[in-house]
Amino acid sequence: MKKIYETAAKALDGLLFDGMLIAAGGFGLCGIPELLIAEIKARGTKNLTIASNNAGVDGFGLGQLLENRQVKKMISSYVGENAEFMRQFLAKELEVEFNPQGTLAERMRAGGAGIPGFYTKTGVGTVIAEGKEHKDFDGQTFVLERGLVADLAIVKAWKADPSGNLVFRKTARNFNPPAATCGKACVAEVEEIVPLGALDPDMIHTPGIYVHRLIQGTHEKRIEQRTTRKKAA
Amino acid sequence: MAWDRNQMAARAAKELQDGWYVNLGIGIPTLVSNYIPAGVEVTLQSENGMLGMGPFPYEGEEDADLINAGKQTITELPQTAFFDSSQSFAMIRGGKINMAILGAMEVSETGDLANWMIPGKLIKGMGGAMDLVAGVGRVVVVMDHTSKHGESKVLKACTLPLTGKAVVNRIITNLGVLDVVPGGLKIVECADGVTEADLRAATEATILGGER
Repeated sequence: MKKIYETAAKALDGLLFDGMLIAAGGFGLCGIPELLIAEIKARGTKNLTIASNNAGVDGFGLGQLLENRQVKKMISSYVGENAEFMRQFLAKELEVEFNPQGTLAERMRAGGAGIPGFYTKTGVGTVIAEGKEHKDFDGQTFVLERGLVADLAIVKAWKADPSGNLVFRKTARNFNPPAATCGKACVAEVEEIVPLGALDPDMIHTPGIYVHRLIQGTHEKRIEQRTTRKKAA
Repeated sequence: MAWDRNQMAARAAKELQDGWYVNLGIGIPTLVSNYIPAGVEVTLQSENGMLGMGPFPYEGEEDADLINAGKQTITELPQTAFFDSSQSFAMIRGGKINMAILGAMEVSETGDLANWMIPGKLIKGMGGAMDLVAGVGRVVVVMDHTSKHGESKVLKACTLPLTGKAVVNRIITNLGVLDVVPGGLKIVECADGVTEADLRAATEATILGGER
């Protein structure tokens, strides 16, 4: 069992095909698998459906795949930061399935946990629930949402060990753990691969069973909204 | 006379109770954290995966791995906990968050909320708003009472696509505070220099008569 690959190119070998569904971790530009996204751009894989909370920004993250016209459909909760996205969407060149953020996260979690569907109150009485099965439990109405299983999950973690155990850092965890579980294959990129035994087994966020391939690399980690306060003089 | 953005935020901060877990939306709701009353300890949840949100970092101390749901750099506190998005929305959907304070484009007298989409114009997505309004214990909206053209945004029925149906408990606007109750809205409080008659005149929704 060898999970460590030298490059993003080698780690994605044999996993990409036109028309596939990819689940990606990240929230905004925080914790996105930027190296794997760059490699998917280089490969030019087409007609992708991508389940990701956001769609990157112009020129970075998933925004690059949009610019390269590789994306057929996005499954996202919020896409406000991307002019090219908006242009393609309004020109009907890009399909978008809006999912409430928690519903998207739970769809990934459920898909990874072998749960084909779940009932939620989220979205009842809105356009999101139209055409979906409704059911009452204890006097309240819920809507059926489907678990999501992706052909490939791409995630970004802080540290990994050679067995694929992952540790995330601060809010860069976000969608990465549920995304990792919902892929038929999962490739993780990390800032550092540490030796076996260097991670505390009690502190593992994503157990290695979910992670099939690993790469270590240098991340730009771009900040979307730099907000600060001044130190009192 | 009416409340400005900061006065609205300060009024909304009075809704906070000691020990509560609270989610603040983007815009005026974010300002609420500047007005948390002395002696009231609240834990702020950020739906991208954090409880115990601290203030903005000092210049030079920004961390790309530490942002809020508005993608702004923030800081952690001694009591901070991080978790993934499914856990974050499990606590939201599961009713563990006591209150959400959110912005609104329109709100109705039955507590319907529209704050995510203007067909043909603004299509950014709902983010976590639908999950929040469906799941948290209490929903307070903070908004301007009228549009730039002077039209009421507190309506009998929303015209925009809904974020949630019958989900709003209390409405705080630049003109005052209204509660959603059976049969319509009830005036809780008028803003400084605003009379009950002013508030009624600016509101399309049904405001129940007389009683306060």
